[in-house]
Amino acid sequence: MSRIAAGTTPAPPPAAPNRSTQRATHRKPLPLRLKRAARAWQLYVLLLPSLIYIAVFKYWPMYGVQIAFRNYNPVDGFTDSPWVGLAHFVRFVNSYQFGQVVGNTLWIAVLGLVVAFPIPIILALLVNQLQSERFKKFTQTVLYSPAFISTVVVVGIMFVLLSPRSGLVNNAIQLAGGEPVFFMGSAEWFRPIYVISDVWQNAGFAMIVYLAALSGIDPALHDAAKVDGASKLQRIRHIDLPGIMPVITVLFILAIGNLLNVGFEKALLMQTNLNLPTSEIIQTYVYHAGLQQAQFSYSAAIGLFNSVLNLVLLLVFNTIARRANQATLW
Amino acid sequence: MSLNTKPVPAPATPARQVPAPKRTFSFRDRWADSAFNIAAVTILTASIIAVVYPLYFIVIASISDPNAVYEGKVWLFPSGVTLEGYQRIFADSRIWNGLGNTVVYTVLGTAISVTTILFGAYALSRKDMPGRKILMLLFVITMFFDGGLITKYLVVRDLGMLDTVWAVVLPGAVGVWNLIIARSFFEHTIPGELREAAQMDGANDFTFFFRMVLPLSKPLIMLMVMVHVVAHWNSFFDALIFLNDDTKYPLQLVLRNILIQSDVSSAGTTGGDIESYAAAQRIGELTKYAMIVVSSLPLMIALPFMQKHFTKGTMIGAVKS
Repeated sequence: MSRIAAGTTPAPPPAAPNRSTQRATHRKPLPLRLKRAARAWQLYVLLLPSLIYIAVFKYWPMYGVQIAFRNYNPVDGFTDSPWVGLAHFVRFVNSYQFGQVVGNTLWIAVLGLVVAFPIPIILALLVNQLQSERFKKFTQTVLYSPAFISTVVVVGIMFVLLSPRSGLVNNAIQLAGGEPVFFMGSAEWFRPIYVISDVWQNAGFAMIVYLAALSGIDPALHDAAKVDGASKLQRIRHIDLPGIMPVITVLFILAIGNLLNVGFEKALLMQTNLNLPTSEIIQTYVYHAGLQQAQFSYSAAIGLFNSVLNLVLLLVFNTIARRANQATLW
Repeated sequence: MSLNTKPVPAPATPARQVPAPKRTFSFRDRWADSAFNIAAVTILTASIIAVVYPLYFIVIASISDPNAVYEGKVWLFPSGVTLEGYQRIFADSRIWNGLGNTVVYTVLGTAISVTTILFGAYALSRKDMPGRKILMLLFVITMFFDGGLITKYLVVRDLGMLDTVWAVVLPGAVGVWNLIIARSFFEHTIPGELREAAQMDGANDFTFFFRMVLPLSKPLIMLMVMVHVVAHWNSFFDALIFLNDDTKYPLQLVLRNILIQSDVSSAGTTGGDIESYAAAQRIGELTKYAMIVVSSLPLMIALPFMQKHFTKGTMIGAVKS
């Protein structure tokens, strides 16, 4: 992570010789450059599978995005289907689902940022302060393990533990004298369950990156602060937190960049007919409209809307971070 | 804030600082720190319980009498131990079939992904490869913008890959993030002098890569293999959209249909009366618990072994470039 962060600042030393060789290649005539490329043919062969991969599975679909502006039919394909301009976008924006679907997406995204983003940082700061190495290791391993459970199983766990008839949670509620709640079939509970399970599954894994960054902080800073009588809390605030700030910033920007993409699979798995009013997000809507109802162009337009919105958010936050003189992605 | 600049002004007033405040400092210091320690240990212990208890409950519920679970009598220990849930799973052909498919997809997919990534990342790590920057850019762009679900589906369909193994192993084969991690590993662990020496001895890029680079990259290969094994083992979505034939479903998709789509018929409902229906349903629940255990166990057992490599992987990602 901090590799990205670091890549922006210490540019001068390695860049200097690079630039001169570049200038040299530019001055060289074309045949010579071709000769040099020909000499590296084996490297291009090694790269070829990856290039074919992105050409077929990344750039071809990207080229196909034009169907968002067409009425796609299989016979005419991506390029020859009739052009309809922004019709699909207009239809989406005017559809009654628009507000709900976009709102649900933003709700989940914002909850994720506000609740799920800071928790790994707090956990890492606490674990880092533990004195016992064994407890530290143990905590890390335990908190990190749910990341290896599949999304399907995590959602399966939700369904069995939250089952209104026999689930653990409802048994506890009934033991305490409450009424059983049909968690997975209720629109109000979708968001809390979504976010809590997200923290449960991923906070430990995300914590590892911050712990790695914390281990890179010069212990001399802590020693000096101790001599000055700083408490642990003060040292966390004034040494640890500033020390991992670049990593936090980069991860935050990346989280923004993925804001509208995250958790799509889990949301899809968690959907029941009853919680659809809160659980239908842009991407699940694309899935339903596109793949289940075969409205390819319409759903491709919605997907494109989502991607562009995402990209804009990423650019905006990266610019803000740059203005604030923080680490940036590029 | 002042703490950061402290080392500088500190020697200015050494006489005043040393004698008196030391005791109060250490006293306050100790009080605040032990309060902090207690809070930290409490919070972390609570987090550990919150992570472990649901999983523990599922394990004990999977071997308990379903009626006891249903009536809320199982909290800390299994009650009325039975292995019926597990017997039902092992008798269920869908599970075995799914498991077999998952193994095939995992082995094939991991082999394809890791080979492609290692090859590509090595080429991209070579600063002397003409056009390196533009080629790298082609990969990075795809991290921030992609064609979306629908066009991906249409491309896979046009390639005639629907309902084949290739639809599961190829569309997600090369993660650009993994490619970048592998590239920075090569950049930092393969010294340029080594290559020059090998070239002096007549090695071309292929021989150097296969004979020198790969043997030196075992930690990276381990990491890449594990990342992909875990990803394939756990993935269901590509199978969901690209496969119609349910004999080709991987384990996770089978699990989804049973665990989440609540396929009660799987529990073998035959009796017409409500009593036996309810009993069948309880057995169905029991099977679900057992299914969660069985499907997660392989990775959980492998976890302590894998953790070392994953932590190392984070470090590889964290190396400065």
